[in-house]
Amino acid sequence: MVTVEFLGPIGHAPIEVEASTLVEVSEILKSNELLAPWLEGCAVAVNDVLVTERNFTLKEGDCISLLPPVCGG
Amino acid sequence: MELYEGSLDVNRIFSTWLAQHQEENYGAYIPFVGIIRQEDGIEALSFDIYEPLLLAWFQKWEARAKEEGAIVKMAHAVGDVPIHTSSYVSAVFSPQRKVALRLIEAFVEDFKANAPIWKYDVKEGKRIYAEQRSTKMNGAGILA
Repeated sequence: MVTVEFLGPIGHAPIEVEASTLVEVSEILKSNELLAPWLEGCAVAVNDVLVTERNFTLKEGDCISLLPPVCGG
Repeated sequence: MELYEGSLDVNRIFSTWLAQHQEENYGAYIPFVGIIRQEDGIEALSFDIYEPLLLAWFQKWEARAKEEGAIVKMAHAVGDVPIHTSSYVSAVFSPQRKVALRLIEAFVEDFKANAPIWKYDVKEGKRIYAEQRSTKMNGAGILA
């Protein structure tokens, strides 16, 4: 299992899913009508490191964070 | 890197930073203050921060500044920050002013584009995500 958390304005509780790549996480999230609209704008971190490859391999216990568009200052 | 609940005490932060580093032979100390403007009927802005990634982002900047003999500093507010008060301050210390002037601009602009912070307008006590003013982070959309 891996954990997916949703940061900032997404406002959704973390979920646990069975997935071995980010592609599989993507398929699961696309089927959720509350979360799907956020996917286009979100960057992704795995265990607090930004990831830019869809084929990134996940391991048991990984934490995936979805980061919507930012605006500090 | 410092995070505070609510508005920043700008004078205290800047004087503390100066006291920390004024004996280290820096010739320039260039501070930047971000202040919440009144516009579009807001009472305040409000901020969420993802601290682990913000710290990683800041540490990369510390390393980049060190290569030029400089140091970077920043403080940001979490939660509600009323108009006409400060939500964000940063500064660069460097041996000569030209390095600090260049770095403060690059540091603040990169902060605006890449720091994992989410901004909300506060109107009639409600938080509204400032989506139109926000920027997608590097790699956005890989799950779409």
